Amino acid sequence: MSLDSPWDRALLALRLLAIDPGLGGITIRARAGPVRDGLAASLDVLGSALTKLHPAMTDDVLLGGMDLSATLAAGHVVHKQGLLQGKQPLVLTMAERTPAGFAARVSAHLDTGGGPLIAFDEGADTDEIVPTALAERMAFHIDLNDVRHGEVNLSNTPLPTAYLTTHTPAQLAQIVTVAAQCGISSLRAPSFALRAAQAHAVLNGRKAVSDEDIATACTLVFAHRATQMPEAEPPTPESESEPNSGEKTQITDLDLPNELLLDAIRAMLPDDLLDRVAAAKNRSGKGNGTGATRKGNRRGRPLPSRAGRKGDDARIDLVATLRTAAPWQTIRRRESGRDGLQIRASDFRTKRFEERSDRLLIFAVDASGSAALARLAEAKGAVELLLAQAYARRDHVALVSFRGTEAEVLLPPTRSLVQTKRRLASLPGGGGTPLAAGLQTALEQALHAGRRGLTPTICILTDGRANIARDGTANRAQAAADAQQMAQTIHAQGVEALVIDTGNRSAEALKALSQTLNAPYLPLPRADANRLSAAVTDALGD
Amino acid sequence: MTNPFPFSAIVGQEEMKQAMILTAIDPSIGGVLVFGDRGTGKSTAVRALAALLPPIRAVKGCPVNSEKPALVPEWAGLGSKRTAERPTPVVDLPLGATEDRVTGALDIEKALAHGEKAFEPGLLARANRGYLYIDEVNLLEDHIVDLLLDVAQSGENVVEREGLSIRHPARFVLVGSGNPEEGELRPQLLDRFGLSVEVASPKDVDTRIEVIKRRDAYENDNAAFMLRWQAEDAAIRDRILKARKALKRLKTPEQTLRDVAELCLALGSDGLRGELTLLKAARAHAAFRNDTALTRGHVRAAAPMALRHRLRRDPLDEAGSGTRVTRVIEDVLG
Repeated sequence: MSLDSPWDRALLALRLLAIDPGLGGITIRARAGPVRDGLAASLDVLGSALTKLHPAMTDDVLLGGMDLSATLAAGHVVHKQGLLQGKQPLVLTMAERTPAGFAARVSAHLDTGGGPLIAFDEGADTDEIVPTALAERMAFHIDLNDVRHGEVNLSNTPLPTAYLTTHTPAQLAQIVTVAAQCGISSLRAPSFALRAAQAHAVLNGRKAVSDEDIATACTLVFAHRATQMPEAEPPTPESESEPNSGEKTQITDLDLPNELLLDAIRAMLPDDLLDRVAAAKNRSGKGNGTGATRKGNRRGRPLPSRAGRKGDDARIDLVATLRTAAPWQTIRRRESGRDGLQIRASDFRTKRFEERSDRLLIFAVDASGSAALARLAEAKGAVELLLAQAYARRDHVALVSFRGTEAEVLLPPTRSLVQTKRRLASLPGGGGTPLAAGLQTALEQALHAGRRGLTPTICILTDGRANIARDGTANRAQAAADAQQMAQTIHAQGVEALVIDTGNRSAEALKALSQTLNAPYLPLPRADANRLSAAVTDALGD
Repeated sequence: MTNPFPFSAIVGQEEMKQAMILTAIDPSIGGVLVFGDRGTGKSTAVRALAALLPPIRAVKGCPVNSEKPALVPEWAGLGSKRTAERPTPVVDLPLGATEDRVTGALDIEKALAHGEKAFEPGLLARANRGYLYIDEVNLLEDHIVDLLLDVAQSGENVVEREGLSIRHPARFVLVGSGNPEEGELRPQLLDRFGLSVEVASPKDVDTRIEVIKRRDAYENDNAAFMLRWQAEDAAIRDRILKARKALKRLKTPEQTLRDVAELCLALGSDGLRGELTLLKAARAHAAFRNDTALTRGHVRAAAPMALRHRLRRDPLDEAGSGTRVTRVIEDVLG
């Protein structure tokens, strides 16, 4: 079977999974459409009984528990089984919206021998992906978005039954080496590759794993995990000093040199690999495209209770429930002929709470030549200080810098000090002041964060001497007008802002800008990191 | 899969394994925090721990694993007084767990079907005298963290809700794992962990090959693999039991106490918890090695994991806290 078309890869992955369910599963990235439907139709190679999962399922559905409606109707306890039981194949739709808790439960199920899992990822953006905890435990990832309908074909050749195959130590060494060359640090990947190679050998009726099996397995398992373009040279010099030369020569004696294997994997790598790697790194654990709810049912300020069934994450408002049930008691007793309090599922009232979402401070820092380079160091210091105190205040911090002709996101929203330090280690400065571009990038970050349930505030540090217009030309008047226009957009979107003037003389243009933004204006010509952090705290309140 | 991957078959990751063994010898050290990338054997080690730990004696059917019939809480309504050996509980606390599931709540089942006001114990009850494992601990919701802090401090779970007033013992060793790039841990929770280790994927090819080889053997030749490694696990278990006894006889010279204090002072760790944990960890380490007296070597071995997470965070320090601890150990202990 050729590996060139994603469709063929998907079918092959499915068949390997059917032979060895221990491969964990497949993530299938595809929008709803005939191609996806075609693949869903071929899922029956895995067996007839597929269990469907949905990210919004509660614990009592997943893990089992009491069937409340049945219990109430019958008058005695009725238990129901959870879906995460046995070795049935699981199908998870809308996997990109999986919350972390759901992913944790399914991961634990996969870890203890359950599954395999077929996760349909319908994400549109690069930041809408299956939670890494789950993706890590599945061997394959196939992107079907570019498959045309005409390519869809179903194969129904019967599958062989699994048996044990043999492999040489050199083949094992090769898998591990290739994984290292692709920059994959997790050891689950080579482990999966070995299993996939064994399954592929079974599929082709071989007793021993051949080099072709290895090549296919590595391509399927490593391509989407690679964090660097594979380099066809021995990985780290650390292992070279070891006296294990016997094995080393064996590796080079293989029929299939690593070079060829790497070429095969390289061909499978998506063009935007580096972007994707960066996106995956930027994802904080909370951002999973699910969008945080402002109205919760666990904590915060209490709101009136409302009708709802007893889910696992909602608390029942007992008093309200009884109050709802009370008027019906006589009627229900007469109907059922039973005594005592009778509560139906429709009576349940669940508690609701309102909570304030986390705040995101987006620093838009002027790194141009006109703002002294020291400013940047101050902003860096302030960001780190704010982050260090972030636990008490639940703040997230992001950093946008603008210089030359454009703005860039130096630090995507994060609470992680580790990541911050890494990102802020070097910050270039100098060039023009593209204030409008900086505001635009900050606004984009703010809107994005808003969708994830954070409350963004943009904090602008500049001396206000905008001289680069949005189209990148050096035109002072146009630059100021563009900045004003962006400020209006920010205000219209309802994003809060704060303007800090870092120039030696206060700039009138900046005052006008802060008025447009309806934002506090703070002249702070000689700010150090501590004063900056204190000023931001004061201006924003707690 | 019936048997978890054997603890002794985990390749490398010596510090992590050592830390877990130390808490098994002396649970009062506190928990273990394991920080590192995915696929480095964190989950595997914790799931293997259950099989490694010596069994405990507990009253049969007791929801909080009480040692003696007198300690069984009244609400359990237990008739039996017989005790039985049972494996040390290792309870998973999943990320999305609700407060109800963690602390326990009104047993709706009994309330509705029989009209009884009964308590349904939660994860904290099950973890009593055992381990509570939180994967991705740095992503745990704040209100659950608050709850854990309170219980970990008092050793008792108090439930006051929905007309219930229940308290039961909840003493457990907290084991957390996570990836530091995804978020930081609240300092208060960090402080609750006695030991912390950082794990990374092995860098050399041969070790990595060995990992895959053993995993393959575990999956394809389970019976033979388990037979071989369960014996090793049993040997470690015996050493743990022996070390527990030896711990009582262990002598702590004045000079070692001074070393410990000087080390903590030089590192500027907050409070005295650092000293206490370091001392306990060093003693457990000595007991495990079957030594009769505590020496500087034991302190040196236990210091990085006991102190690494207790340093005051300095946002402008580029080097990790691990390097700082090693530097200070070199300075103080020579």
